[in-house]
Amino acid sequence: MYSVKVMDHFMNPRNAGCLNNADGVGEVGNPVCGDIMHIEIQVKDNIIEDIKFKTFGCAAAIATSSMVTEMVKGKTLEEAERITNRTVAEALDGLPPVKMHCSNLAADALHQAIQDYMARRDA
Amino acid sequence: MREIYMDHSATTPVDTTVFDAMIPYYSYDYGNPSSVHAKGRSARRALEKSREQIAALIGANPREVFFTSGGTEADNQAIISYMLSNPKRGKHLISSAIEHHAVLDTCLYLEKSGFDLTVLPVDELGRVEPESLKAAIRPDTALVTIMHANNEIGTIQPLKELVDIAHQAGAAFHTDAVQTFGKVPIDVKSIGIDMLSASSHKLYGPKGVGCLYIKKGIKTGSLFHGGPQENKMRAGTENIPGIVGFGKAAELAGQRMDELSRRLTALGSRLREGLLQSIPDTIPTGDPDNRVPGSVSVCFRFVEGESILLMLDSYGIMGSSGSACTSGALDPSHVLLAIGLPHEIAHGSLRLTLGKDNTEDDVDYVLEVLPKIIGNLRKMSPLYSKGGSN
Repeated sequence: MYSVKVMDHFMNPRNAGCLNNADGVGEVGNPVCGDIMHIEIQVKDNIIEDIKFKTFGCAAAIATSSMVTEMVKGKTLEEAERITNRTVAEALDGLPPVKMHCSNLAADALHQAIQDYMARRDA
Repeated sequence: MREIYMDHSATTPVDTTVFDAMIPYYSYDYGNPSSVHAKGRSARRALEKSREQIAALIGANPREVFFTSGGTEADNQAIISYMLSNPKRGKHLISSAIEHHAVLDTCLYLEKSGFDLTVLPVDELGRVEPESLKAAIRPDTALVTIMHANNEIGTIQPLKELVDIAHQAGAAFHTDAVQTFGKVPIDVKSIGIDMLSASSHKLYGPKGVGCLYIKKGIKTGSLFHGGPQENKMRAGTENIPGIVGFGKAAELAGQRMDELSRRLTALGSRLREGLLQSIPDTIPTGDPDNRVPGSVSVCFRFVEGESILLMLDSYGIMGSSGSACTSGALDPSHVLLAIGLPHEIAHGSLRLTLGKDNTEDDVDYVLEVLPKIIGNLRKMSPLYSKGGSN
């Protein structure tokens, strides 16, 4: 039911864990639904230098989190902001339809982390 | 890769002895039991022999056993046909919150069609309290349907007490015994069960066949129309190879029940205790004492069931879960919610159901692999760092 890429990112997640000094933190989902995605970023000169995730959820939730971190590491904030849940799913060669809604929130968590970074920067 | 199947509550492999018994009925003894000729008579004999084998397992008269396409059909037939055939008994039926959907959805279908339904709650171990049945029963209660053992958490119900309460109020009692038939002793006469559903593929028989026991004198009817088969209780040409397999499987189940039940109970305890000891924040579910032999069900906090299953699968270990992701719904299983677990804990459920071919080695392998899997998933879980015990 899952693509080879989803299984790869689920079995070998990239960038799982926490950052020592995150500049921005984003978290979406809730435990009642069974999915929580937590993303931390470190930004230097407008570029996402480092990114880590922690996710509670199914294989799709973990794989989308892993994929989004891989997609934006080393990218500018503007590039990162253009990434959507849909492009993450496409990069994974698609998700089962039932997973598109509840387990595909990694880009939302990323955007929250960017907003958090900007708010802190501008504070 | 090593292959360890621990999902016997979902289905079981067909026993080779059972398979051998079925083979002649595909291409040699392929007659229709309704035919007069030799091949028809041979099929008829096989059909009636299977009926005797099934009846013997539960202390029924063979004439009280009716073959169906499986447990789901048997549940539908029992509940729907009983309610339609006994309008004078009343329009009220009672069931429980942890029934299989084959029962629950059938009851809800009747409710939508104008019948009254009461769904009884269960306690934290998944037992229907006799007092709650007593309180729910009404003069117009026609039928009480409560499963013998639950498929997800393994709890076996105190059936006799519940049957007696139903009978005192003049209601009939049906039980879905799909998870216990052939695994624990059932004597329909001494318990006083009026109707009982069973399925072949849970006891090393083929898929696509089951049966409904209907006590003599209980008024029911057929769901299907178009032939006099099964004493006019189930129209359609009988699935003879399947029925022969079911009969053989029931016979074997009866012969090895004591030995197998002892062995699976011991293996199940070893697995359950091992998991509780080696993995912190593990919550056992179901009744620890009265449960289906070899059924192990737990919830691991801070992780999600589908992730556990796929990780286990990568080690060749096959189990199941009641998490939302595995049920294809937004909510985790209704059974786990009914025993009072919060959503976030129910999402982390794992069920491992052992069978006749599982060994101590298999259990030890799971005990070696599973703590690593849960540990890795927890390391990735934002809930664990917030609420974890370390």
